[in-house]
Amino acid sequence: MNLSKILKNAFLVVIFGIIVTACATKKSVKTTESTSSSTKAAETQKADPIEKLDALMQGDVYIGSDTVKELASGVPDRVFFATNETILTTASRETLRKQAAWLRQNPNVTVVVEGHADERGTREYNLALGERRANAAKDYLMTYGVSSDRIKVLSYGKERPVDSGSNPLSWSKNRRSVTVKAN
Amino acid sequence: MKKKLFLIFLIYSILKPSISFSLVEIDITRGNLDPMPISVSPFFSNEDTRDKIDKILNINNLGLEISKVIENNLEKTGLFDAIDKEAFLQKPDIAHLKPRFEDWKLIKSQVLITGKVTSKIINDKDYINVEFKLWDVLGAKMVDGFSLTTTPRSWRRVGHKISDKVYERLTGENGYFDTRIIYVAEEGPKTQRVKKLALMDQDGFNTKYITLGNELVLTPRFNPADDKIITYMSYFKNMPRVYIVNLQTGEQKVVGDFRGMTFAPRFSPDGKKLIMSLAKDGNSEIWVRDLETNIQEKLTDHPSIDTSPSYSPDGKFITFNSDRSGYQQIYVMRSDGSKVKRISFGKGIYGTPVWSPRGDLIAFTKLHKGKFFIGVMRTDGSGERLLTENFYQEAPSWSPNGRIIIFYRETKTDDEGQGFSAKLWSIDLTGYNERLVKTETDASDPSWSSLLGN
Repeated sequence: MNLSKILKNAFLVVIFGIIVTACATKKSVKTTESTSSSTKAAETQKADPIEKLDALMQGDVYIGSDTVKELASGVPDRVFFATNETILTTASRETLRKQAAWLRQNPNVTVVVEGHADERGTREYNLALGERRANAAKDYLMTYGVSSDRIKVLSYGKERPVDSGSNPLSWSKNRRSVTVKAN
Repeated sequence: MKKKLFLIFLIYSILKPSISFSLVEIDITRGNLDPMPISVSPFFSNEDTRDKIDKILNINNLGLEISKVIENNLEKTGLFDAIDKEAFLQKPDIAHLKPRFEDWKLIKSQVLITGKVTSKIINDKDYINVEFKLWDVLGAKMVDGFSLTTTPRSWRRVGHKISDKVYERLTGENGYFDTRIIYVAEEGPKTQRVKKLALMDQDGFNTKYITLGNELVLTPRFNPADDKIITYMSYFKNMPRVYIVNLQTGEQKVVGDFRGMTFAPRFSPDGKKLIMSLAKDGNSEIWVRDLETNIQEKLTDHPSIDTSPSYSPDGKFITFNSDRSGYQQIYVMRSDGSKVKRISFGKGIYGTPVWSPRGDLIAFTKLHKGKFFIGVMRTDGSGERLLTENFYQEAPSWSPNGRIIIFYRETKTDDEGQGFSAKLWSIDLTGYNERLVKTETDASDPSWSSLLGN
């Protein structure tokens, strides 16, 4: 292997590194497949004292049912998000499809989608983030046939946590959007 | 050595008031500054005045109380050490006429403050006249003083005005004591916090609640050009919107006609414009509204979150935070929205940039490795300095002289989710003299007024 080839390979590695980094820091896009990176999950597990976190979090998205209520029988009222993200996970989309189906069956119902953030961000940014999350849910409901005039969004930022803990599991429960009946 | 220099400068500035002396040029750090010993003699008043004031205010020695206001203000700067009044050898009335400087030297006082309170009746109304003198003990002469007449109920403000005069004379910096802080008073469990707007004097006295707690209120900010006017965000009728309130008349109005949530409001330095964010359809942009012409204009245009805008003191630039690079970072643009430039490049995420009233620095909140920092950087992003680190803290607001930053700090809860609190703290630009700012309840989102007008 001559020098130029080595340099070329090194160059490719650098390029690859840049692409990977760019992907890792890309802005959230609604309804993509990925959740969060495995390193994030590893950090979370290390930092959290609570056992069996695997069963409650995937990456740093909450997948338990502790705080979840029912919008209607068999229709969960909320979906959860990764830190600083507005991506809807596979489970979130399933929940929202159930909500959409129920809303289509009950055409007189209107809802408010409340967007929330965890306490690990500045207040104003979190207000914006909550609004973005609520709209991610709203957009998905609209994709499944619920008209936009039946859905209001309301961001609470980090003002209304459901769990008052200061640990990754609590924070994961608070990063949510909740669909609430408005009438 | 530094201490000696400081003292020499100080005395020099007392003797030669035309030459400005600035603390900024001196490295005031915890390690090398001994606070300057200062005596605040109780302000003297005769028996007739005492009786009258006691009847009006139910305070039997107002002169003593005013001296305590001054003492407390000066001590909290960390630059002065008030000598215990028990040690004073001279009576207040005689000291005010002509101090025996040897007596004050003996107790190692370098500066002496004396005063006199006299009750007055003007047009059948009660007033107080307060006279104060600032003495250089080593130079054995009076260096400053004034006399003012006001209503008895404004007596604390008299103490603050005197404190400002002393601070200005001894440091060469503008004072900041005759100011107020507006903040959000918080009570109740973390999941159901009740929040009210609250207003207090800079030293924590005279707290007044502006709202009742029926709706969520956030981020109050003073109009820097008019301390009677504030802006804030309210969830009144579940419609999160920015409001402007006249504290004197109680008049309140929603700002602008926006479909969507308006938040993160701040006045322009001349008070004629308001910048804020509008969140709509999952996107937050920065808008400006001219409060005289009612013309509103969008300044940013990007699918990312753009929020927390703050004007430069000359009104020509706006700093804000945006996650357009992937994470929250600090940007500066011209106030018409052009020439957007990222300025924060350190490790971590950056938010809540607030331009210093002096114009040379931007205070910010930083999150790095799970810790929150309050810091400052130059307006081009260079010279980043982190002043304080904690579990959670944010929302810096500058004292009007740009020497102190007030912010709020929240505690980590325990395994049961208990032990939450939110408190106001202040810290000097130097990174020293960090202090809890006492409030009647838990508190957040502080905003410091300009020096009060009349």
